[in-house]
Amino acid sequence: MEIVLVGLNHRTAPVELRERASFTAEQAGRAVDELRARGILEETLVLSTCNRSEVYGVPPVASRECAQGLSSFLSEFHAVRHEVLNVSLYHQYDRAAVRHLFRVSAGLDSMLLGEAEILGQVREAYRFAHERGATGPVLNRLFQGALEVGKRVRAETELGARPMSVASAGVKLAERIFGKLNDRTALVLGAGKISEQVVEQLHDRGIAHILVMNRSRDHAVELARECDGKVIEWGEWDKALLSPDVVVASVAAEEPVLRREFLEHAMAARGNRALFLMDLGVPRNIEAAAAKLYNVYLYNIDDLSGIVEQNRAARQSEIPRAETIVDEQVGKFLSWQASVELVGLIDALRARLHEERASFIRARMESITHLSADDRQRLEALMDELLEKLLLEPAQRLRGEKELRRKIQNVEALRDLFLSNREKP
Amino acid sequence: MLLGLVAHYFALLERSRGLHTVPYHDLYGSMSLFGWLLALIYLGLEVYHRQRSVGAFVLPFILIFFLAAHFAPTDRLSLPPARGASFAFHVTLSILAYAAFALSFVLSLIFLGEQRLLRNRKLSNVVWRLPSLELLERMSHSSVLVGLISIAIGTVLGFIWVDRLTGQYWYYDPKYVITLLVLFLYVLYLRLARTAAWRGARASRLCIFNFFVVVMSFTVVNLYLSHSHRYF
Repeated sequence: MEIVLVGLNHRTAPVELRERASFTAEQAGRAVDELRARGILEETLVLSTCNRSEVYGVPPVASRECAQGLSSFLSEFHAVRHEVLNVSLYHQYDRAAVRHLFRVSAGLDSMLLGEAEILGQVREAYRFAHERGATGPVLNRLFQGALEVGKRVRAETELGARPMSVASAGVKLAERIFGKLNDRTALVLGAGKISEQVVEQLHDRGIAHILVMNRSRDHAVELARECDGKVIEWGEWDKALLSPDVVVASVAAEEPVLRREFLEHAMAARGNRALFLMDLGVPRNIEAAAAKLYNVYLYNIDDLSGIVEQNRAARQSEIPRAETIVDEQVGKFLSWQASVELVGLIDALRARLHEERASFIRARMESITHLSADDRQRLEALMDELLEKLLLEPAQRLRGEKELRRKIQNVEALRDLFLSNREKP
Repeated sequence: MLLGLVAHYFALLERSRGLHTVPYHDLYGSMSLFGWLLALIYLGLEVYHRQRSVGAFVLPFILIFFLAAHFAPTDRLSLPPARGASFAFHVTLSILAYAAFALSFVLSLIFLGEQRLLRNRKLSNVVWRLPSLELLERMSHSSVLVGLISIAIGTVLGFIWVDRLTGQYWYYDPKYVITLLVLFLYVLYLRLARTAAWRGARASRLCIFNFFVVVMSFTVVNLYLSHSHRYF
């Protein structure tokens, strides 16, 4: 059993090539079907995102030539000249391939270290291939492992926990106050580029309602349409500030548009429910004195940039911990793989010994004529019993003892030793 | 944590077999029961709110309570003249209430600390690991609710015993007064925590204050002030 990976990513290929070598869902489906139909791979899965195109697979016969076949297939499939594609492709097998995938799903291989999107993309790629019936026991286990790595890295390290842009820093802060945002409302002041970014983040985090307020109504309507939001007329502060939990301000204005007294008034009207204010305007859109109001949290652009800067350093320092998790999970997967292979080996050995026994008896018994048919049968049964007895103990120990499985690193060598003259299953 | 809980349960069981009732005769026994119930409530809340991130911050406080129990005076107090199932319930429910209040105290402390960091925009690394303010508030509320229900039942059982032992429902004793005060203060907390003026930090401060009253009731009043309720 062997796992093979052929692919390219943002480190090995320029964007033009990545574009040409990427797979749409329909293409991915066609590719896995063809790879299996042509007998290049037995199990297969395509992982294609904007930063990587990778094909994972299990070939029918363990051999390194499979990767060559796979890269020729890719150049043919995408109609890219072999020499051009080959420079950017990496080939990896077994442990290295497993490790690569686990690092990918941990976000360690991403362009933006620790980004969360990749885990969803891995999950989606797996679901897609699984539903198509293209995966088998090995890839199923492998990708379940990869998803586990992703989850563990996100839960146990801060690799992905810390926001890396001003917009996401603001949204994450809101989550520190309100928890999940899916029953919360946000008010967005201004409909420019920055507002758009924040709205996108809020939307991603599942915010329930978005209100948009802008001097020019047309832009407000446009932004509201993009995010299923509602438009509120500019200047209707009492109405606008009553329901939201988060206010994002990014308006070009000389003077603060949100004055302390508006907010003081609004807080009283809303029963002092907590209000998180994100002031992204320069000059500032929200009067700084508003920070003193009870249950108000006010962050301006410098506060948020400071957080992003802090996080960049923190993220880097989390890499070793994430790598440790990856290593642990790789070990776990390989130990599973070895156990499956060892059990398979024992089964193959048993089948082989039984066959040998049959031909042995046939050859030797011919000359012994004084035995009755009954005696022969009993003799055969006794030999079978002996074989079973010899095989039973190692088989049981292999199933039961994890440590033993770990020690037997090279199952192929054992297979060569005992089943040398036979075809590898 | 679950394992510890189970192990602790058996230790308690052993102890109560020896005593034929809930271990409330000495401070160590009741503190041990207290710690166990505290962990139990916490696990309950964790399951109820489907949130596990608070554990790491609550556990140190639970440990502090245990340490305090160990260094507390261990002299035996006079045994209460009451026995039986309903009395054991009185003891267990009261300690359960104290444990629930202790938990809400811890949650409120964390709330105030985190809120201060967020309000002052001083985000150290710890903020990103803390549970959200909203969750801390909700957990503290449910914890107080558990405490209130159990202390209410526990107190009623207590008064029934007072009646049984002395023939009258009520006579003046600081312990009874302070228990009713605790009840009142926590009802107040639950009411105020939903009002405009008290929502958030102020309610949390009240919750912390309330717990000091509880501690007073558990220690000073029991040891020095009460005439007839000088046990833990």
